[in-house]
Amino acid sequence: MTENEELYLSSSSIEDSWVSQFCEMANHQYFCEVSESFMEDEFNLTGLNSLVPRYKEALELILDLEPEVPVPLPEIPTIEESGELLYGLIHARFIITRPGLQSMAYKYACRDFGTCPRYQCRNTAVLPMGRLDIPGFETVRLYCPCCRDIYVPSNSRFLNIDGAFFGSSFPAFFLETYPKVEQECRRIREQSPPFQLKIFGFNIAEKSRAGPRMKWLRQTPGQDKSQGPQETEAATAIEEEAVVG
Amino acid sequence: MEMETDLEDTWIANFLGTKGNEYFCEVDPEFILDRFNLTGLNADVPNIHDAIDVVTGSSDVNMDGLNAEEEQQLDASARHLYCLVHARFILTTRGLYKMMLKYQEGDFGRCPRALCRSHILLPIGLQDVPNISSVKLYCPKCEDIYNPKSSRHANIDGAYFGTSFPGMFFQVYPKLLPRHSEEQFCLKIFGFKIHDHAEHCRWQQKQRDELEKRIADKPTS
Ligand SMILES: [Zn+2]
Ligand SMILES: [Zn+2]
Repeated sequence: MTENEELYLSSSSIEDSWVSQFCEMANHQYFCEVSESFMEDEFNLTGLNSLVPRYKEALELILDLEPEVPVPLPEIPTIEESGELLYGLIHARFIITRPGLQSMAYKYACRDFGTCPRYQCRNTAVLPMGRLDIPGFETVRLYCPCCRDIYVPSNSRFLNIDGAFFGSSFPAFFLETYPKVEQECRRIREQSPPFQLKIFGFNIAEKSRAGPRMKWLRQTPGQDKSQGPQETEAATAIEEEAVVG
Repeated sequence: MEMETDLEDTWIANFLGTKGNEYFCEVDPEFILDRFNLTGLNADVPNIHDAIDVVTGSSDVNMDGLNAEEEQQLDASARHLYCLVHARFILTTRGLYKMMLKYQEGDFGRCPRALCRSHILLPIGLQDVPNISSVKLYCPKCEDIYNPKSSRHANIDGAYFGTSFPGMFFQVYPKLLPRHSEEQFCLKIFGFKIHDHAEHCRWQQKQRDELEKRIADKPTS
């Protein structure tokens, strides 16, 4: 057997598993593959049986086990749905373990979760998360370690992925495990002062009705203030002219 | 002759109907024909007189004598001219009004920041000189700028909208200013605060309180 054939065979046998198939779907790009050993350890599944309907069949499905009792055809969609819910909840637990964080770090490095849409974050890679850990309430959000804010995925295929499948604590675990990410982000933050809207090169006066109100949201201690509030008088003059004219 | 002035048939209508040009509004032909509005553009637009004829659909323009390459160059000139005039037009009362209608339709997309709850956006340039940076989107709720979602929009020159447009827009339509975002996201672990993050959030809140004090202290005269 040549090396190529061997590679092909081994990868095709992995592709056959339920987990691999699930993770390969385009709308499941944010998920990593939970190891079989993690899913087989009952301790890791504590409490999930009360959250997932048809728990036993769902677990058999995602572990690729022959069902003890054959599943009648009309019930397959229900069990498939339960399997996805169960996998998502296990996934949220797995990605805050050491091997889970490693898998997610690999995906992060490949920018599988996308980048921050905020211009000043200079395409910082983002992390998936949910604001709530209970499924069925809110879809996945993307956390940017640079602006420390959360975003809605730009591609609509991720808009029905449950946030609880990633959980609220994952970004914090990730950043604690890989501190270099935050170090680099702090550098970017300090170099980029909050955006300032201008009219013909002049800042808009703070006191005016349309003056800046949101700089605090993007401010950080020790930030470069080169774009700070200056030229206020000129801006007031421009503004009065604009309002009168 | 009547057929040519049909809206469907004009160069401008064709340009606006092209995929990727959704951010542009219709510049009034009279605005383009007023030479005053084109002041200084001849340095940037090659063959500007023919370009004006193409854009305004003047019968003077003779495309018959051109080879494919020349035709392409003239078309590029016409597009560049239209877009640069567009940046000036959208700062006029008429232009601001047309852009306001598009804004309210959500033609420029919605803010990706979760706490802005899909607030509508306005296009903005970071430079008024062409060929330096691409168009960005301004959210009046968080007062920040974002990259357009689609690569078609991300490749449009920011100078075709200019740096002053959103500022002018809200000077003219202050009623359209949204309630500013007060919510702030603060990362936690199992619901517990993380020291560095909680401190950062508190520091930002302090900046906000100080701003509010500054605004309240000195009433606008
Ligand atoms: Zn960011
Ligand atoms: Zn926003």
